[in-house]
Amino acid sequence: MMRFMLPLVAFLVLAVFLYVGLHLDPHEVPSPLIGKPAPAFSLPQLHEPNKQFSAQEMRGKVWMLNVWSSWCVSCKEEHPVLVALAQKNIVPVYGLDYKDKPEDAEAWLAGAGNPYVLSAADREGRVGIDYGVYGVPETYLIDKQGVIRYKQIGPVTVQSLNEKILPMVAELQKK
Amino acid sequence: MKSILILLVCLMPVLAVAGEAKDIATDQVTEKRMIGLAENLRCLVCQNESLASSHAELAEDLRREVREQIKKGMTDEQIIDYLVTRYGDFVLYNPPVKSYTMLLWFGPFTLFLVAGAGLFYQLRKRRKSVPETDLTPEAQHRAAAMLNNDKENQV
Repeated sequence: MMRFMLPLVAFLVLAVFLYVGLHLDPHEVPSPLIGKPAPAFSLPQLHEPNKQFSAQEMRGKVWMLNVWSSWCVSCKEEHPVLVALAQKNIVPVYGLDYKDKPEDAEAWLAGAGNPYVLSAADREGRVGIDYGVYGVPETYLIDKQGVIRYKQIGPVTVQSLNEKILPMVAELQKK
Repeated sequence: MKSILILLVCLMPVLAVAGEAKDIATDQVTEKRMIGLAENLRCLVCQNESLASSHAELAEDLRREVREQIKKGMTDEQIIDYLVTRYGDFVLYNPPVKSYTMLLWFGPFTLFLVAGAGLFYQLRKRRKSVPETDLTPEAQHRAAAMLNNDKENQV
């Protein structure tokens, strides 16, 4: 009996590992910034470059920081989701326009609709590095104390909004 | 007029090279240290490439960042810390020993020991199940005779 059990158990263990491995996305690198204060920054605004926007201004509010760019293809996929979210007025969405040309960025928003309260222009991508951005789009949910609570890697979808982001927003707004 | 045109055509490759060379720092010492560091760091975009060899834009930005930090006089540990706080242990090709990397670090050795112990146990069991046959004095005598006979025949 033992003779057959041992290889069978070994096979099952291996099969479970492989099965779990099939559903893991190696591109989703867990962010070490979750539960940590959102890195401070002060950047010129996209539409009004002589005005600055800083993360510290957002203390006391639950908000989303969406990293986007006019050259990013997946951003186009998530854009309608963000526009619909902005219309509901549940949570303010701010943009971080990552390594983009301001004229391209403005043209894209003018055409597709602007879901952002405002966008900050990170032309050099330095703020992106501080936030551990490695692929656009990425979205951060930041609480009233300025702590990053959640990071969405890749496009925000209706499913991720309903299942993760909005329930968290509701909970964080109560605090 | 013609000679100016020829001169311009000859200069074209020089202009083309000038466009590509911007990633090379003027300071060779900084560059060496940066590459030494970047070889052990993973590029997050292309994952199986190091930060030193990747052509991804993020890798270029991170190399620029590392270069600037070297110039600021930061130590290698400080620079690696800087990247780990932003991107996590994932950027390290040499993951640190932590509770959740135990399996990674010690799993293979454990497996080796377990398999070795299993093999040792099996071999011992087998030796016991195949008893060594003792020859009777008679048979031994015959065997010796046959062996000697063989030797004589060979000579």
